[in-house]
Amino acid sequence: MHRTGELYGQFQTLEQQKESSTLGMWIFLVTEVLFFGGMFLTYTINRHQYFTAFGIGSNTLDIKLGTINTGVLILSSLTMAMAVWSAQVGKKGLVTGFLIATLALGTVFLGIKVVEYKQKFDHHLIPGHGFDVWYQVDNTKPETEMGKKLLDDEREELHKATLTDPDIQSHAQLYFSLYFAMTGLHALHMIVGAGLLIWLIKLSMRGRFTPQYNTPVEIVGLYWHFVDIVWIYLFPLLYLIDRHR
Amino acid sequence: MSEHSEHIVSPIVYMVIFFALIAGTTVTVLAAFQNFGQFNIVIALGIATAKATLVVLYFMHARYSPRRTQLVIVCAVFWLAIMLALTLSDYQTRQQHLSRIVPPAALYRA
Repeated sequence: MHRTGELYGQFQTLEQQKESSTLGMWIFLVTEVLFFGGMFLTYTINRHQYFTAFGIGSNTLDIKLGTINTGVLILSSLTMAMAVWSAQVGKKGLVTGFLIATLALGTVFLGIKVVEYKQKFDHHLIPGHGFDVWYQVDNTKPETEMGKKLLDDEREELHKATLTDPDIQSHAQLYFSLYFAMTGLHALHMIVGAGLLIWLIKLSMRGRFTPQYNTPVEIVGLYWHFVDIVWIYLFPLLYLIDRHR
Repeated sequence: MSEHSEHIVSPIVYMVIFFALIAGTTVTVLAAFQNFGQFNIVIALGIATAKATLVVLYFMHARYSPRRTQLVIVCAVFWLAIMLALTLSDYQTRQQHLSRIVPPAALYRA
């Protein structure tokens, strides 16, 4: 293909080329909105139907880790935005630095997610043969008075929930299926984003991004912020729906 | 052909948005522990939508983008709204309770 510097033959100016690229990325993001929208819709319908079981499932999630992860992801969006700014004003060293920071924060997010998933395995909350919402309450040995009281409260809640919804075991599995599908899909997007960031860091270290040409940083930035938005909705819907009791 | 000169968003704006997002997260978590009855979910989703709007407008530069990019964003929200509204109204207006729908195979076995 004919190419002059960074300008491909089918475009007349770098500006037109950049606008086409960002428009294309936005159109891809529209399809992503509808893709994740379908999952949120499934979640909403089932949560409405199995309100009690979803509340029980949601309250087993670790709110501290969830909140920290939200902060980490928002911070990574800031560093990504700063990488775009550095490229626009031509600070080449800063571009690389901010991209590496974004990648590091993304990795921290995924690491915390792994810790959370591990907890769910330990607590027998993986949908399937070994699933048991009672496991955690029946198998924890509280060390303090406070811990004992919390555990008794939890047992009480489970008893009450079983009275409202006798089939709570299968409906809680539905919650966890959706939890793993939605956070898993989100994590997959993060992994793809991390791959894109590595590619950007390589280009940036060769000094490829200038005020005239920084479309790849801008476009990966759009993707990264979109993944952040998905988490902004996932966090309250999965972690916070039934904390006020 | 548009001669739209690139708008560079300043780091100060990014920092302000960042702190607004962190504040939003804090408020969401605190509000989740208060009992507002059926309004808990409205508050949570309201804050989430405000945060998402800030990200789209400033981090994703939608505010400074050409009109046709803004049109694409509005379309995304519009199609999402159609999908959510029509599907949910369908589920809301059904006679049958979702959990009482018996799969056909179970009928034959009896």
